Amino acid sequence: MSAFTLSHLDALESEAVHIFREVAGEFENPVILFSGGKDSIVMLHLALKAFAPAAVPFSLLHVDTGHNFPEVLEYRDRAVAAHGLRLHVASVQDYIDRGVLRERPDGTRNPLQTLPLTEKIQAEKFDAVFGGGRRDEEKARAKERVFSLRDEFSQWDPRRQRPELWNLYNGRHAPGEHVRVFPLSNWTELDVWQYIAREGIELPEIYFAHDREVFRRAGMWLTAGEWGGPKDGETVEKRQVRYRTVGDMSCTGAVDSDAVTLDDVIAEIAASRLTERGATRADDKMSEAAMEDRKREGYF
Amino acid sequence: MSTMTGTTVDATVGLRLATADTSRFATADTPRLATADTLRFATAGSVDDGKSTLVGRLLHDSKSVLADQLEAVETASRNRGKDTPDLALLTDGLRAEREQGITIDVAYRYFATPKRRFILADTPGHVQYTRNMVTGASTAELAIILVDSRSGIVEQTRRHAAVAALLRVPQVVLAVNKMDLVGYAQGVFERLVEEFAGYAAELGLPGFTPIPVSALAGDNVVERSTRMDWYAGPALLEFLENVPVAADPADAPARFPVQYVIRHGDVRHYAGQLVSGSLRVGDRVTVHPSGETSEITAIDALGTAVETAYAPQSVGVRLADQRDVSRGDMITAGGEAPVLTQDVRAAVCHLADRPLRVGDRVLLKHTTRTVKAIVKDLAGAQALSVNDLGRITLRTAEPLALDDYGVSRRTGAFLLIDPADGATLTAGMVDLAGLG
Repeated sequence: MSAFTLSHLDALESEAVHIFREVAGEFENPVILFSGGKDSIVMLHLALKAFAPAAVPFSLLHVDTGHNFPEVLEYRDRAVAAHGLRLHVASVQDYIDRGVLRERPDGTRNPLQTLPLTEKIQAEKFDAVFGGGRRDEEKARAKERVFSLRDEFSQWDPRRQRPELWNLYNGRHAPGEHVRVFPLSNWTELDVWQYIAREGIELPEIYFAHDREVFRRAGMWLTAGEWGGPKDGETVEKRQVRYRTVGDMSCTGAVDSDAVTLDDVIAEIAASRLTERGATRADDKMSEAAMEDRKREGYF
Repeated sequence: MSTMTGTTVDATVGLRLATADTSRFATADTPRLATADTLRFATAGSVDDGKSTLVGRLLHDSKSVLADQLEAVETASRNRGKDTPDLALLTDGLRAEREQGITIDVAYRYFATPKRRFILADTPGHVQYTRNMVTGASTAELAIILVDSRSGIVEQTRRHAAVAALLRVPQVVLAVNKMDLVGYAQGVFERLVEEFAGYAAELGLPGFTPIPVSALAGDNVVERSTRMDWYAGPALLEFLENVPVAADPADAPARFPVQYVIRHGDVRHYAGQLVSGSLRVGDRVTVHPSGETSEITAIDALGTAVETAYAPQSVGVRLADQRDVSRGDMITAGGEAPVLTQDVRAAVCHLADRPLRVGDRVLLKHTTRTVKAIVKDLAGAQALSVNDLGRITLRTAEPLALDDYGVSRRTGAFLLIDPADGATLTAGMVDLAGLG
């Protein structure tokens, strides 16, 4: 018997491409959430492969917190131009300037992203919204379906999720509702890095070790900057660091690292005793159910 | 809160499945994401059988829990007044689950040992969440059914075994837990195994592997226990690392549901995932339901031109003739052709709170094709309630290209969907032999 088996990464890639094509086949107006982080960069790469030689039939949506890393914004704009894509931006700063959202005392803008995101989805009538969320990231994410129905308020109700069987994804929804789609559900952080290495995907430089002005807050190294750090009593120092995740500067921490190549990064992650979010996300440490609560509100 | 129903397992489902050709299933099945180094498995257990503790123990003792996760569990356990870390808190990810101490929905976990990668669907045991066990079992190559050594085989155990049989999970492990509470007694274990074997035979389970464990104390979960020297078999993790995973033989008939047509200039690529068998450049193929034939002129494997594609690759194919092929069509080659029919007979598990009744108009999603359908018969019953297992006959508005679920878990499976609000109503497993 000539049994053929796909490699682990090929199988994950094949599954993700299948999900992208299902959405293209069943929805009118899908969009890819694109933050310029590694997961959304891998999503875009998979979408390009899924529809080659034709163009990706989706636009991109970035929720701009106003506290983004400049290197990441530069990467985002370059990617959009290189592939002839359309970029929508939902701006948190804009909501704050208009007085609709108020700056939090702790300075983090991560929870503030939900309203601009959900209003943009409604305004543009997006019916499928791809997110780079992975089930290995967090215990509430571990409960998420690949196709996750959201009501007209974008809310996630974990107790009323549709059963999801085999690879038969149900994309039916009423007007005003949309479906969040997670093609990387079954990928782990290590899978993402190994795939980036295999495919030779370019990333923003902040993922690799570099010297940076940082200060210590809540056990993490945060980048000093106009967003509101450091405060009194916090001292800035120059350290060699890199980022494991890319998000709002106010709550995304850097890790000490000398990993300058993809191979170094893969070796570092394989040996790490901390999860990606545990190491670098302040907002997930706020309570035992921080992610679940934000997701219920419509967060990605 | 879902409604509680006290439905019992439909024994006829099990008996009927027992007559199906299981040897054919074992070789020709196409599990999703079948790779030699990955095992997808699901766990099921009744309330208080210690399933979350077992999963927590498996993750913890295989060193798959990272420092910050363990720290969070230790803190949460202390806050709940416990002296030792409650490993169940590792897996119960929802607020309501932690409050009630039960698993409500499937959680997927990813871990690896030097031998293998694992994708674990941790599914609830409560009767009202049977649909979530069905969700987890649908993609699993192995199911662990957990029982409490003190309470033995209970109705939920029989239900879990029925779901595993119905969904054709290729391997079943019976984990007899809480052996520490029965003095690690061989007799207790053997009586339980014998009783379960009776049900397994009735349900048509091809076989099962019994393992005595204590999730709380860690006996036979990752390390072999020294307290049960009468047991000569492997510890649970050892078994999971070594159990063979069924691979799709390349000579199985090719099934290629068309997902999307990629147009580039004058060229049309039919994009999809090959769900079984293989396709070669030069193969004569048939397009269903039209029945037209053509020849493959090119295969694109995500950017690389290839001569042959194998399941479960996502590819694009080009055909020699300009055919009217679109999403929902199925391209096939080799071996037996699928059955083209508008009369669908199947075993089902009803998943929705609203009942399914004879005469209901529904949507049926099979591979990439969604068609209108009418419920013609429910094996004599007037309605199916949530979590009921049963048999169904449907009439569809257009013909479908079906395989028996016993031959393919992909081309033999379908969903029923409520046309009004899009809710997923029922999971169906095609039974071509049907009711005769």
